[in-house]
Amino acid sequence: MTTPTTIFAARKVITMNPSRPEATHVAVRDGRILGAGTLDELRGWGPHALDARFKDKVLMPGLVEGHSHLMAGSLWHCTYCGYFDLRDPDGRSWPGAKSLEAVIAQLRAASADRGEDTPIVGWGFDPIYFSTRGEGLVHRERRCTRQDLDQVSTTRAVGVLHASGHILNVNTVALQRAGFLRAGIDHPAFPLGADGLPTGELKGPEAMMPLLDHVGLNRSLLSGDKFGIRAFGKLCVRAGVTTATDLAATLQDAELATQLAITGEADYPVRLVPLLRLIGMKPADAVARASALRERSTEQLRLGRIKVVADGSIQGFSARLLWPGYYNGAPNGLWYSAPEAIRECYALALQHGLQVHTHTNGDEATELALDCMAQALQAHGGADHRFTLQHAQLANAAQFRRMKALGLCVNLFANHHFYWGDQHHAITVGPERAERMNACATALREGVPLAIHSDAPITPLGPLFTAWCAVNRLTASGRVLGAHERIGVADALRAITLGAAVTLKLDGEIGSIECGKRADFCILEDDPTALAPDALKDVRVWGTVQGGRVFQAA
Amino acid sequence: MTQGPPGVRVPTVVVGGYLGAGKTTLVNHLLRHAGGRRIAVLVNDFGDIAIDADLIEGAVGDVIALTGGCLCCSFGADLVGTLTQVLQRDPRPEQVLIECSGVGLPAAVARSARLAPDVDVEGVVVVVDSETVHACASDTYVGDTVRQQLRDADLLVLNKADLCTPEQRRALHDWLAAAAPGTPWVEASQAAVPPALVMGPRLAATRGERPWQPGPIAPARAAAERFVNERRVFEQPVDVPALVATLAAPGSGVLRAKGWITGLDGRRCLLQIVGRRVAVEPLPPGAGPPGPDQLLIIGLAGVGGVD
Repeated sequence: MTTPTTIFAARKVITMNPSRPEATHVAVRDGRILGAGTLDELRGWGPHALDARFKDKVLMPGLVEGHSHLMAGSLWHCTYCGYFDLRDPDGRSWPGAKSLEAVIAQLRAASADRGEDTPIVGWGFDPIYFSTRGEGLVHRERRCTRQDLDQVSTTRAVGVLHASGHILNVNTVALQRAGFLRAGIDHPAFPLGADGLPTGELKGPEAMMPLLDHVGLNRSLLSGDKFGIRAFGKLCVRAGVTTATDLAATLQDAELATQLAITGEADYPVRLVPLLRLIGMKPADAVARASALRERSTEQLRLGRIKVVADGSIQGFSARLLWPGYYNGAPNGLWYSAPEAIRECYALALQHGLQVHTHTNGDEATELALDCMAQALQAHGGADHRFTLQHAQLANAAQFRRMKALGLCVNLFANHHFYWGDQHHAITVGPERAERMNACATALREGVPLAIHSDAPITPLGPLFTAWCAVNRLTASGRVLGAHERIGVADALRAITLGAAVTLKLDGEIGSIECGKRADFCILEDDPTALAPDALKDVRVWGTVQGGRVFQAA
Repeated sequence: MTQGPPGVRVPTVVVGGYLGAGKTTLVNHLLRHAGGRRIAVLVNDFGDIAIDADLIEGAVGDVIALTGGCLCCSFGADLVGTLTQVLQRDPRPEQVLIECSGVGLPAAVARSARLAPDVDVEGVVVVVDSETVHACASDTYVGDTVRQQLRDADLLVLNKADLCTPEQRRALHDWLAAAAPGTPWVEASQAAVPPALVMGPRLAATRGERPWQPGPIAPARAAAERFVNERRVFEQPVDVPALVATLAAPGSGVLRAKGWITGLDGRRCLLQIVGRRVAVEPLPPGAGPPGPDQLLIIGLAGVGGVD
């Protein structure tokens, strides 16, 4: 006896299957695709129900976000303070705050609905856009101080997390409660005011950490609580995403139990792929833990991959750059992992058939990862390992050729150009290297499997926007940054579907609409291949189908 | 939460050095010769440390209980928070050792540790692998990190000296004169240095106590060289700047010192020396231990004015 078959009719099905790029109908049984084709062709599968609700819509493979964090959902506990308009998981639109005064007003408004003792927390803050361009390359940024945030409250703790995630601003009460409203602090992460007391800007994790609890940003919130995981699911539906990574998870037992429970719910709309971050444990322990986690994988929670962080961030000047280093002369960044640990992790993971994704931002970090990979492969072999470099923002052409030779995939941070491209051009790496940052065209030319990502919540989750970034390479100020690294719409759409699936070694199951794969679709009101390339970000998402279940965006 | 006066704060030493230099060996050695001190060891993460199994009594949550009331915990990304919690334990640790990660920059760790209340970061001890440090310092990737670690050191422990030829050791000493100018060093095998050299002399030590001596280690500079402890008692106020200048002079042989002295202005101070780092902090009136002022010094016999 066969289970019910549904045939979805569509205006157009973009399959990403090169043997049959387009279709009008998709047949689905048991959450999987029987086939894509014409209604006549699909009738051969036997009795079915014809579902015509998408007859005016365009179906694509469910989009795959290869680098995001569950925190993108959890942060909606807090007030959005970003510069750009944004919709929350429930579809409510939050206008961008175009000035510090607007941020303060938004936080004051938000504080009204919460209790008297609750901290007031904002996120997505990016005062870089409030700066006025000074002479030459000098940007004068309006720094936010505790006095500014005291306008929100003088009795409750107030904290505002920057979009980069690396800086926190707090008010006087928060500083006082954490014990830092005192003179004599001598630390580069604590700028001091004229009165000798901290200004309330906390630059970097070591300074932020002691304050997080006091402003209500505790660890479970940041790593993804129940509300956050559900909110993340809603964001995915809104963005057309059916599989998404949580790229730096700690995956402690309690956290794992929560993820298993929620992703196991009948109406959870996303397949989550959390990667275990190599931190606080030896490479051998991480490999053992990831191997054990792999056995606990479910259809909706795919475990057993490792994330390694090699260096910091370019805009924070903590990325490791090859000669000649930063354009503004800042000293080279920091290693977050020792080369020996990276090499050992690669070698052990290859032996155990586990995948490793490595965060490299600067080109020196990419070079190190390539060297470690070459050594590990020489010692242990490892056909089709699909190890992936994440960000690899400054990778040069020679490095892409090495990636190809070593069998590495790359997931480039295409969104960065829009949000920080102007700063990269003017300050961090200078015009030439800014134009080759996230070199999608070079990656494709050299034959490196390519994905592109948002790193949500650092930039908003939305693969179609990410594709637009890779196709147009426009910055916030409207500059085309690196015209020669733009890629075509078809390549960009592949990068956010099959390309990302390849980096997760899930391309046998997802990433295209063809016989045998999961019934994961992104349902669009518009045909992205029929619009002008600069309209890609405006393609309207109706919702998704995931594992054959239909989810309409809130 | 406020900073307590000197003396109330818990003495803290940052232990740095590249992967494989012997940081963990040094920490194990110090735990083994704790001399009754309740030591709290903070490691960057458990990936970096392997506390000797016989020192471990058990684990509660993130904290590993060690023999003699000592403990070990990892601080990951939150040094200040972890340090604050550790110092709120009852009984309070009497000594904190912070072990950096192999690519960590110890001066930055020391700066962060000073953000925690009631912490007295006395100095930075960097362990180097005498055999490989020179090569490590010219490594394409980590060379600048290793060179910065050396510059961050107040005192260097040249570990694995026993594995080097006399020529190699001399070459290392010459190289360090430029790589870490003015920073005193001691040579060691298995990181076995006098515990007080790292953790500071105990002011309660009995008069005439024999200094801890390393085992059969190759002598550092001269055949007769040995570590010596010296206790100086001051019945009268002293000229503090002059005393400091003598103790800190190159070739004084002083590696570590700690004690209370009273200046000519009648103000009592806490004096501390860790290698090249000298700190003199005035105490609030009436603070410090009863009895006459005294200074405990650890140095090398046969060098300078010590002994």
